[in-house]
Amino acid sequence: MMEVVNQMKLEFLSIPANVAFARVAVAAFASQLEFTLNDLEEIKVAVSEAVANAIIHGYADSPNGIVRIVATLGKDSLEVRVEDDGKGIEDIRKALQPAYSSDPERTGLGFVFMQSFMERLQVDSAPGEGTRVTMIKTVNPSLSSTQLKH
Amino acid sequence: MELDLEIRQYALLVRPKGELDLAVADEFRAALEKALESRPISFLVLNLSQVSFIDSSCLGVILGRYKRLVQINGRVSLVNAQPQVRRVLEMSGFFRIMKEYPNEEEALNLIVRHRGE
Repeated sequence: MMEVVNQMKLEFLSIPANVAFARVAVAAFASQLEFTLNDLEEIKVAVSEAVANAIIHGYADSPNGIVRIVATLGKDSLEVRVEDDGKGIEDIRKALQPAYSSDPERTGLGFVFMQSFMERLQVDSAPGEGTRVTMIKTVNPSLSSTQLKH
Repeated sequence: MELDLEIRQYALLVRPKGELDLAVADEFRAALEKALESRPISFLVLNLSQVSFIDSSCLGVILGRYKRLVQINGRVSLVNAQPQVRRVLEMSGFFRIMKEYPNEEEALNLIVRHRGE
């Protein structure tokens, strides 16, 4: 478990207007670390996808659900947890497959972006018990791994 | 999101402005559908130069229109995506099925040529 340098929590209703609020808030918080602008853009996309999933899939577009975000800063990493109390995911492995979507208008790329733009993605969910998505991103991982070698 | 639509012959030119996410996906889809149904349009040119953010909800809207236009031998062209938007498009495989042009005129010229073939 990483050493906690800073932490913030957000709770908001499951309405689409809050997707932008959530990604901007998390990116602003993450900018306390030395993430590049590109990193911050990637964090925004990942948070956007996780919150959109909570609204569309977790709460089936109902505006009365609560989405919770806990963002934690370590010395050089960000952990973002996005949680809902919605209907949960029946088959997580299937949901994580690219181009899997329960709706033909959707791309099924949400989890692909979360996986590609963050270093770690963990999805905990069970039918009827909500979903928790945990994502971790480290500041300049290539540089720190080089430093470790030398 | 602001949306500017222009119809030129068989092409629908769309210039969205702002952030394309879940909050605007329905509006974006409805506006495109309405325009595509108003005339016999088979080409969609999306000018992305003023789009600062896109996620999978609006990529789905574009993909939906692509599927529709391909059936009538049309296509979707993308114009001038900003770097952060272009990375998302790349990762989604959009450039395998849609071409990108540096400006609207080039995208439209190629449509004219395509129709002349």
